Amino acid sequence: MKAKGTVFRYGDNVDTDVIIPARYLNSSDPKELASHCMEDIDATFITRVKTGDIIVAERNFGCGSSREHAPIAIKESGISCVIAKTFARIFYRNSLNIGLPILECPEAVDAIRQGDIVSVDFSTGLILDVSTGRTFHSEPFPPFMQELIACGGLAGYMKKESAK
Amino acid sequence: MGMTMTQKILACHAGLESVRPGQLVMAKLDLVLGNDITSPVAINEFPKFGKEKVFDKDKVALVPDHFAPNKDIKAATQCQCLRNFAHSQGISHYFEVGQMGVEHALLPEQGLVNAGDLIIGADSHTCTYGALGAFSTGVGSTDMACGMSSGKDWFKVPSAIRFNLKGKFRKYVSGKDLILHIIGMIGVDGALYQSMEFSGEGVANLTIDDRFTICNMAIEAGAKNGIFPVDEQTLQYLKEHCSRKPVIYQADEDASYSATYDIDLGELKSTVSFPHLPENTHSIDAIGRIKIDQVVIGSCTNGRLSDLESAASILKGRKVAPWVRCIVLPATQRIWKEAMHEGLFDIFIDSGCAVSTPTCGPCLGGHMGVLAEGERAVSTTNRNFVGRMGHVKSEVYLASPAVAAASAVMGYLTDPNTLKEAK
Repeated sequence: MKAKGTVFRYGDNVDTDVIIPARYLNSSDPKELASHCMEDIDATFITRVKTGDIIVAERNFGCGSSREHAPIAIKESGISCVIAKTFARIFYRNSLNIGLPILECPEAVDAIRQGDIVSVDFSTGLILDVSTGRTFHSEPFPPFMQELIACGGLAGYMKKESAK
Repeated sequence: MGMTMTQKILACHAGLESVRPGQLVMAKLDLVLGNDITSPVAINEFPKFGKEKVFDKDKVALVPDHFAPNKDIKAATQCQCLRNFAHSQGISHYFEVGQMGVEHALLPEQGLVNAGDLIIGADSHTCTYGALGAFSTGVGSTDMACGMSSGKDWFKVPSAIRFNLKGKFRKYVSGKDLILHIIGMIGVDGALYQSMEFSGEGVANLTIDDRFTICNMAIEAGAKNGIFPVDEQTLQYLKEHCSRKPVIYQADEDASYSATYDIDLGELKSTVSFPHLPENTHSIDAIGRIKIDQVVIGSCTNGRLSDLESAASILKGRKVAPWVRCIVLPATQRIWKEAMHEGLFDIFIDSGCAVSTPTCGPCLGGHMGVLAEGERAVSTTNRNFVGRMGHVKSEVYLASPAVAAASAVMGYLTDPNTLKEAK
């Protein structure tokens, strides 16, 4: 699986309240959630984002609430991958569980600039900044998580496990 | 190598002799929790796990507390989704408005949490139950669906940070000040992917309510869970609330910790988190003159009886500043009734506070106290992110009930020790 798109850059501690403000949580419709994605930190994000684009952020991306609405909104907005130095743990598992690809790679985060074109190969963990030609390697997921991703998320994985 | 309390609970629930940090395990769950925001997504995911019925109707708790009593038509639809699922599945622990309370105050009070339990909840503050020696952690809706369907979920075994406590709090200093102090010290990702394990002689000087508040905010340091050892106070609480026999886990003497912090409770001062991160802490005696518009006293962090008593002790015989709206939200119906019988509502109402039915409402900018542009609130809740309680240009200062009440009286962020004698 591969992704390629334009980079939207954010800083440390992007919390789930800015990814999808609680005032919109009276709905769980992915399209409606996506229409407010990143609204309180980047009001024009949703008008600029294109399918395949990539979010690059610093430390502790997705901190705060357990709302799965946050990775759902990001995924539905068209974002193909989030690269950060670290992720908050609930956001991390929510993303894997729903099949939003995320990668931890501090070197890539330090080097990639706003607006760069970046491609990611999830099978190898290779990140290529097409704009600068630089490459980075993220840690591959442990086998269990690779299987989780291969099953399309937790539901697929558990069904497969119970069928064993 | 020895194991921490958390590692022992995970090992036991995974059917393993021992576990090590970083290991991925599939573990059995004692309770799965969801609320009106997270459950509709989980209920939608539930059929994808291939089961028609929940794994155990007595081990699922559903609490409409965030936007309930229904704040608008969409919220009403979500609560309806929760209600219909609870009824069709025969869920024992569904709490309708009238029995409902803020989930993390409600579940221990209703005896659904036991020492040694492994609990997941589709709410980040599920980590609260570590106060009673349980492993509990917040997860998302897909995990909740997985838990409801199979009674199991996957966990990465965390390493731990130890907080070794000694001494006793000074007047007006509480569990809230300790946890804000810790978050200020280690940062909002200071315990990322790890457990926060509390130990030391000072634990005995913390009430169970203090411990609930402390574990509640472990997530604000990025932690997977917070946990206290089981002592006489825990056993007494469990005896009064839970019908099951406690299962006591103790950290091994040679358990390994990534860091240990020694904290003297007697040295702590009232602490406030300034906008827009919980780690942005200031000691109450080192702040300028900050005028406020609203005070919120309540939530899963500080809506328990002792919190209301603390606020009332300050509000008694005093008035809320004329430019301040002070909203008090007892966290459960039982707390509401006890507060009423203790006469706390007379104090709140005479001082000019509004008293609300239990709800998470204002904490996440839902209802019952949303902030306008430029407004500032002092709140006993747990997050002060951008736009958390309303307008993107509003501000939230996190504090203890004592600081919140003193601030309501003065109309400025205030140290309760500086209040003049009440009339």
